[in-house]
Amino acid sequence: MSAVAVKREEIEALGVQIMTISMDSRFVHKMWQEQELSKMVPGGIPFPMLTDVGGLIGKVYGVYDDDAGVDIRGRFIIDPDGIIQAMEVLTPPVGRNVAEFIRQVKAFQHVRATGEATPSGWQPGRPTLQPGPDLVGRVWEVWKPDMAF
Amino acid sequence: MSQAKDSCVKPAKGPIAPGIGTATEGVATQSVQREVMQMTARVGKPAPDFEASAYVDGGFRNMTLSEFKGKWVVLCFYPGDFTFV
Repeated sequence: MSAVAVKREEIEALGVQIMTISMDSRFVHKMWQEQELSKMVPGGIPFPMLTDVGGLIGKVYGVYDDDAGVDIRGRFIIDPDGIIQAMEVLTPPVGRNVAEFIRQVKAFQHVRATGEATPSGWQPGRPTLQPGPDLVGRVWEVWKPDMAF
Repeated sequence: MSQAKDSCVKPAKGPIAPGIGTATEGVATQSVQREVMQMTARVGKPAPDFEASAYVDGGFRNMTLSEFKGKWVVLCFYPGDFTFV
């Protein structure tokens, strides 16, 4: 959470609205912000912190764990039309990678703007693919696996 | 944000079924909706809308996902405040 906050400027430059959501009440969110998060990140977390009462929203998003009674870690990238473009769900002990989510947002924005496709591990500025009949069987000519890293 | 009055319980609708569930819907209708709502989040499909109470900009208010239409949104679920990862 705080890892996302320290990348705030880069995320805002991409025009991305972040929302965090757990089953904690808004009062607990306020206390967490004031007691802990604001000590990790100056000013605390700049994003809305939402409450999922009863895990009902988590159920609809497929992240509610009814054995543990919590929403597990799930991250959804939603485009300006309200379409889910990416989802990543992790069990609780492993945190997410902020750099990877930023890379995915950049790739989805590039695809939306250009209609191109971005190969594995794509970063802005690297070659993209133009899917079509001419590319069939010829990806090896324009893209090598070591370009994914 | 002005210092809004806030009682202990502030209903938020939670998941909002497509096509129904406007702000004027009654409580009885909502509970019927909830019974039929299952996991509907899929890539390439519309993100299920919801209303949730929120702590935002130092104050409290209810927010919906749909109010951010036109923007890229990243929605992050996590198990709980004061957890460690």
